[in-house]
Amino acid sequence: MIPGPFSYHRPATVADAVKLLSTMGDEARPLAGGHSLVPMMKLRLATPEHLVDLHGIDGLKGIRRDGNTVVIGAMITLHQLLASDEIAKSLPILHETALLIADPQVRYRGTIGGNVANGDPGNDMPALMMTLGASYRLEGKSGARDVAASEFYQGAYFTALEPGELLTAISIPVPAAGHGYAYEKLKRKVGDYATAAAAVVLTMAGGKVATCKIGLTNLSETPLLAEDAAKAVIGTSLDAATLKKAAAAAVAIMAPAADARGPVEYRKHVGGIMVTRALQRAAGRVG
Amino acid sequence: MNDMTPTREQREAKLEGMGCKRKRVEDIRFTQGKGNYVDDLKLPGMLHGDFVRSPHAHARVKSINGDEALKVPGVLAVITAETLKTVNLAWMPTLAGDVQMVLADGKVLFQNQEVAFVVATDRYAADDGINKVVVEYEPLPPLIDPFKAMDKDAPVLREDLAGKTTGAHGPRKHHNHIFEWTVGDKDLTDAAFRKADVTIKEMISYHRTHPSPLETCQCVCSFDKIKGELSIWGTFQAPHVIRTVVALIAKIPEHKIHVISPDIGGGFGNKVGAYPGYICAAVASIVTGKPVKWVEDRIENLTATSFARDYHMTTEIASTREGKVTGLRVHVLADHGAFDACADPSKWPAGFFNIVTGSYDFPTAHLSVDGIYTNKAPGGVAYRCSFRVTEAAYCIERGMDILAQKLGMDPAELRLKNFIKPEQFPYHSALGWEYDSGDYATAMRKMMESVDYAGLRKEQAEKRAAFKRGETREIMGLGVSFFTEIVGAGPSKNCDILGIAMFDSCEIRLHPTGAGIARVGTKSQGQGHETTWAQIIATEIGIPADDIMVEEGNTDTAPYGLGTYGSRSTPVAGAAIAMAARKIKAKAQMIAAYKLEVHEDDLEWDIDGFRVKGLPEKTMSMKDICWAAYNSVPPGMEPGLEAVSYYDPPNMTYPFGAYICVMNIDVDTGVYKIRRFYALDDCGTRINPMIIEGQVHGGLTEAFAIAMGQEIRYDDDGNVVTGSFMDFFMPTAVETPHWETDFTVTPSPHHPIGAKGVGESPNVGGVPAFSNAVNDAFSFLGSTHIQMPHDFWRNWKAAKNLGVFA
Ligand SMILES: Cc1cc2nc3c(=O)[nH]c(=O)nc-3n(C[C@H](O)[C@H](O)[C@H](O)COP(=O)(O)OP(=O)(O)OC[C@H]3O[C@@H](n4cnc5c(N)ncnc54)[C@H](O)[C@@H]3O)c2cc1C
Repeated sequence: MIPGPFSYHRPATVADAVKLLSTMGDEARPLAGGHSLVPMMKLRLATPEHLVDLHGIDGLKGIRRDGNTVVIGAMITLHQLLASDEIAKSLPILHETALLIADPQVRYRGTIGGNVANGDPGNDMPALMMTLGASYRLEGKSGARDVAASEFYQGAYFTALEPGELLTAISIPVPAAGHGYAYEKLKRKVGDYATAAAAVVLTMAGGKVATCKIGLTNLSETPLLAEDAAKAVIGTSLDAATLKKAAAAAVAIMAPAADARGPVEYRKHVGGIMVTRALQRAAGRVG
Repeated sequence: MNDMTPTREQREAKLEGMGCKRKRVEDIRFTQGKGNYVDDLKLPGMLHGDFVRSPHAHARVKSINGDEALKVPGVLAVITAETLKTVNLAWMPTLAGDVQMVLADGKVLFQNQEVAFVVATDRYAADDGINKVVVEYEPLPPLIDPFKAMDKDAPVLREDLAGKTTGAHGPRKHHNHIFEWTVGDKDLTDAAFRKADVTIKEMISYHRTHPSPLETCQCVCSFDKIKGELSIWGTFQAPHVIRTVVALIAKIPEHKIHVISPDIGGGFGNKVGAYPGYICAAVASIVTGKPVKWVEDRIENLTATSFARDYHMTTEIASTREGKVTGLRVHVLADHGAFDACADPSKWPAGFFNIVTGSYDFPTAHLSVDGIYTNKAPGGVAYRCSFRVTEAAYCIERGMDILAQKLGMDPAELRLKNFIKPEQFPYHSALGWEYDSGDYATAMRKMMESVDYAGLRKEQAEKRAAFKRGETREIMGLGVSFFTEIVGAGPSKNCDILGIAMFDSCEIRLHPTGAGIARVGTKSQGQGHETTWAQIIATEIGIPADDIMVEEGNTDTAPYGLGTYGSRSTPVAGAAIAMAARKIKAKAQMIAAYKLEVHEDDLEWDIDGFRVKGLPEKTMSMKDICWAAYNSVPPGMEPGLEAVSYYDPPNMTYPFGAYICVMNIDVDTGVYKIRRFYALDDCGTRINPMIIEGQVHGGLTEAFAIAMGQEIRYDDDGNVVTGSFMDFFMPTAVETPHWETDFTVTPSPHHPIGAKGVGESPNVGGVPAFSNAVNDAFSFLGSTHIQMPHDFWRNWKAAKNLGVFA
């Protein structure tokens, strides 16, 4: 539980950070809250030679509303998300999800940027970002680009980030007023990653589901968008048969690993239940 | 009397003696971060050691090469079994009469076994060094399933035992067999089963778990070459035993070994045994001439230093049709891992498991235990329990529920029908114990009334009907547990550790101004001895508890004691404290008689001093007697006021309790909700009700964890899959249920203050209550027994197996 040797850098601008990362190459890693990276370093599963601490970069902080988009700086902590009125108002599902992540100590340090950039299928934010149609701003040596969350995740700890690139901000389109939402997460205890979790954002018209997005956490190597499941509920009043169909469609794309949380069969089963419960709770919130 | 004279109540209250909810004095430093733990110790020039550990569960070690490690800046030494052989310490004796490798000698027998010890100038360099040690392994087939240990073709684990057909506890039947232990009358028991109207038989497993104290095992060893003295600061629950073990195996004269247990952050049995880290740190200090610190991390603690339970108990009960039990037969397959490092009194290879007849009047019983080796971490420590009492209580309490189900009887009613009756005490159990005192039915009825047991059963019946009608997916269970413990090891006639009788001790010195110090042979790891020991003395000799300093853990100053575990501190050391205090009181009485110019027999004790019978105004306070003890003792009497007592208990003590757990389980996810948990404890005389309550809360939280998910699990290759707090269930305050506590008081007739001990009761009694609740919830669907732990996925699996999703 003792990390290997590394050197520590604390740039003040994104440009400096990018420069450091690109000159030091593969052996350099950005350090955000450290609550995913440092445990891996202690186990020597990660052995970066250089850490580039992002805490000195003011440009990565802040939450702002830009028309119909909320833009969140990568270094905003989960605690700051929870404290933000803007988030509570326009993205209540983000508030709900952040509250289900770890415990207050972890949330004081852990950042949204680190959470989405990490690429751990256990992280809750990635599936939610896909559900919300968010996009990430990536800045590197050759400039900035925007990548949709749904295009970002390629495998466990394997993302669209190029070496030397930094994720600087997350843009989230604000869901329609009166939308229904729910993040259902089954975990063994506070501080545990999801056994299975589902994010639902939907709108209804005339008692029928008009739009729906469903995201799944920790049920595959990457976060998933359950598109067939979402399709199955459009135009319905979420009757029992529809819920069953939607859950089955979601379960069909799940490919979790067996671990101490349970065998594959169980994790898929409760994955389906999380989808059902999230749909029901989201529908109940439409207002 | 003027108004300033304190009333009797005020004088009594000022003492803060027995029965007072005195606040814990040690918490003043703990709550301010001013405790002094082993890892706080920093000595000049101190080095740090850490282990290279085996990734394999079973493998031959072909070679170990430390050359590259020695090139790492700061790394000073790489110690291997070959190094240890030069001082004859490659193997060490265990408390259970086995031997254990200190460092891998030719092969490794469990994952994370200690292979080499790297010593460096700081902790980082030590770990960098570890990563550079090259070990060549040749993997061997691992033996993980205890039920396959004695197969003919099972791999040979302990090559060092080749040809040894006898172990420390008699004949060995197989190369992976450690011992067989039998108690009771087999013929009579077999006959009872032949005649029985009803019998049950179930293999009840108590899974492998771990005590996991917040502070891991650690030590600092410092060898002074000039004086030839070895000082060891360590997380030792039994520091004197460690001193004697070191003297015996390191051949250093015992007076030149100083063992100090500073503040300890929880032990729960994990810190009774001797571990390779202690030996390696000591050898490293002798070799380098510098102090050497060894501090385990969490993963090492969970995977290498001891485990608890892993008992597989085939349980049979014979009974009449009316539900009167007539016989008990239990066979245990005891998985000890790679070495038998069980921390039991020497003659008890399965601890006091023969308390398995529980609170019930079994006319006959028979028990046999087979201990076996597997490729898992060694141990078998008593995790907050008195030597396998937890396993025994679980076995019989599950067994009684299974019998009740078969008889179609209410489990509480079945227990009431079979309790040992108050007039049967002292009661001689079929498996050889003499229970001191008990009033079981009263405790049980109080529990049933307090929770409205009948009302809960009614609600359960309604819920079950609703479930069957498809109106709910929730099922409800009531888990009743009525446990009897056996604690306070123990009488020299049946208890010793390495030949040392399991007495305990106290030395009290009173100072001239009426304050004093008490040194005790036990060692608190959070139990609050500094608070409660002073309370016993306060009541016994009338000096306020605040004026008594309690000191433990330094073998140079404390009288020899056997330490704290197995709920033995109050039954044994608590008695020694009372007896030492009574010696002081006897001398004080002589001094008071002399000063008051009366005969000793004319004096009577009155709260905080003596008074002359019939003349209540003529008194001498204990405080004044202390002063007199140093300047005007009766002619011929030695000055001073101090006493030492070594207490060899005449019997064990037998605390008991009635617990109930009310639980709902969602069959779709297996998620449970503990609705209510009520715990009634009878620990005899209660020294500090607040501390008792704290002990019960802590023990119930552990019981909750164990029953509902806390497990050391191995995969088929022998990899530990629950080796960190991410997967080893350590509940937070959020998951922990609310506890309701209650009590009755049935003093121990043979203990000087009637106290029985309580520290372990909640763990012992709690586990069966939780497990019975889960089992009770599922029973109406046709199940008889579901193995622990009852975590979410296993509950779901149970529901699935019972056809709930069909
Ligand atoms: C006990 C515990 C429980 C937890 N439970 C949960 C949980 O249930 N759900 C959950 O979602 N999370 C959980 N977490 C993780 C927590 O939310 C982390 O803080 C988060 O995943 C990573 O954020 P961080 O700021 O700590 O990132 P770090 O650990 O600093 O970094 C994580 C990775 O992302 C990279 N990185 C960080 N920032 C950037 C950036 N701006 N651009 C590019 N790369 C970057 C780093 O190089 C590193 O590889 C838990 C953590 C702990 C310790």
